Amino acid sequence: MTAPAILPARSAADRLTGLFWRKPNLLLILLITPPLLWLGLVYVGSLAALLLQSFYSIDEFSGVVKEEFTLKTYAELFRAQNLDIILRTLLMSAAVTLACAILAFPIAYYAARYAKGRWKAAFYLGVMLPLWSSYLVKVYAWKLILAKEGILSWATDATGTGFLISGLLAIPGLGGSSLSTSYIGTFLVFTYVWLPYMILPMQASLERVPASMLEASADLGATRSQTLRTVVLPLALPGIIAGSIFTFSLTMGDYIIPQIVGNSARFIGLAVYQQQGTAGNIPLAAAFAVVPIVIMVIYLMLAKRAGAFDAL
Amino acid sequence: MTAAVEFRAVSRHFGPIRAVDGVDLTIAEGSFFAMLGPSGSGKTTCLRLISGFEKPTGGVIRIFGEDVSNTPPHLRNVNTVFQDYALFPHMNVRDNVAYGLMVKGTPRARRYAQANEMLALVKLDAYGDRKPAQLSGGQRQRVALARALVNEPRVLLLDEPLGALDLKLREAMQDELKSLQKRLGITFVFVTHDQNEALSMADSLAVFNQGRIAQIGTPQDIYDRPATRFVADFVGSSNVLPPDLTRALGGPAQWASLRPEATRLAATGAITGTVTALRYLGSATRVVLTAQGPGFTGTEIAALVPTGQPLPAEGQTTAIAFDPAALHLMEAP
Repeated sequence: MTAPAILPARSAADRLTGLFWRKPNLLLILLITPPLLWLGLVYVGSLAALLLQSFYSIDEFSGVVKEEFTLKTYAELFRAQNLDIILRTLLMSAAVTLACAILAFPIAYYAARYAKGRWKAAFYLGVMLPLWSSYLVKVYAWKLILAKEGILSWATDATGTGFLISGLLAIPGLGGSSLSTSYIGTFLVFTYVWLPYMILPMQASLERVPASMLEASADLGATRSQTLRTVVLPLALPGIIAGSIFTFSLTMGDYIIPQIVGNSARFIGLAVYQQQGTAGNIPLAAAFAVVPIVIMVIYLMLAKRAGAFDAL
Repeated sequence: MTAAVEFRAVSRHFGPIRAVDGVDLTIAEGSFFAMLGPSGSGKTTCLRLISGFEKPTGGVIRIFGEDVSNTPPHLRNVNTVFQDYALFPHMNVRDNVAYGLMVKGTPRARRYAQANEMLALVKLDAYGDRKPAQLSGGQRQRVALARALVNEPRVLLLDEPLGALDLKLREAMQDELKSLQKRLGITFVFVTHDQNEALSMADSLAVFNQGRIAQIGTPQDIYDRPATRFVADFVGSSNVLPPDLTRALGGPAQWASLRPEATRLAATGAITGTVTALRYLGSATRVVLTAQGPGFTGTEIAALVPTGQPLPAEGQTTAIAFDPAALHLMEAP
């Protein structure tokens, strides 16, 4: 019997894998170039174009965009009516993020620590299922729930708890004639729609906190609430921040929900939509669109300063 | 003197699985107690019953005479060194060590002073500002030790604390733990699956098998006089002799153990057999022969031949002689 050859005859495919083995970077470059091109040209490129547009201005008489560098458009953001829009959006985004975080934490904690097997599957399904149906359908469904003659007021009237809703609606600045035409309604729908984006990253980060860490804390004499504050929350913070980036920026950019549910006060998304559409003021629309980016950058810088990513 | 830890008919069943089944145990105050057994034998569950992370499904656990059945972990004056150390990654070493004092409300200056003292005790005083991720495995182990000891526990529980260390470091830590325990006088309860570790460190030990204690005693008791076949097998590398062989050697028809170091090779002896394996151990060679005789043909018997003495060849027939006093009778299981 003859021993098999150590270097058998090679095919073209063998030569190719041999080449990749000798030059590992070559394969890496081949694999990463297409997505990098997409990210660089289409994604970052369009962002740069947006930024560029925001430094142009519009001629007030002809309505033509003057392609000259100016900060005039940014100055326009500081007009009272525009500042109102920015402030309103910021407050709404912060409120929605806070509400989502508070609602998501127990759900995420349960899913990460206690749910096993079937219950875990049920959790994922329960969180993801709403994402499978159209966003518009969900928003209109909420409009029906919150409307004056909607199911919610019907239910409260039938149980004699209608005073709760009228009490909410009587809050100055937040209330209105019905839940579906008030800030409270807008807030509820935003919180509902973006909740899964908070739960999932939170659950992922809680899952990475080993059980022995919690036991060690209890072993050293910490009560449950001390463990929550000093161990669980700091370790889960990167996930909470990731979730809040979603809920915060999604709320800041949305222009559909405030049109359907709310008191028709304008938010940044709606302002962008109207400026680039009906008003034809692309530079101002671009400047508005830059605002959420700046806010997010500031937010992340503050979070980093506060040590939110120390556990990463 | 009250016992540091006392188990009376303690059980912990997980559905049909009897992780701990009717265990009686007394751990003397100030002793170094080891719980030894293969994985799944119930030793770690017993440790978790002491720390309070598991609740017994039956029986009573007392710590210094007090029934702790309804005491949650954070109110028990025992501390644990975890197998994976469980250091908090977002805190530096000093904050980790000071954690137990922090949650009890000790002022910052005092708890840092105490933490620094503890870090000095485990020779890590220069590492207080580092994060756990910047330490080696052995250093993390010391931090875990300091973090537990700073609370001045009356019982320190150690869950396979040396399992993740390499051999050299593990031996150094064994010596260090032992001397630390002597110096502090705290009761140490140490879980391990390494028989050498248990024998060399413990004042007394319990050998666990399938949720029950197979034997409890001093290391010498356990090694010289194993109560059951399981103990003889698991602790050390004793020869386990079936009843027929014991009878052929002049004893009763009962299982017996015979330590290899009590045997020697001889031209004629009590047991004859064929040499089937030779294993060089450095200071000696372990010679395994397959015995021949009515009722016990096929039983493997090992003898230790000190290095320098002549060795038989594989396949050769030889006999084993031994001191009759070294033959120890056991219960069957």
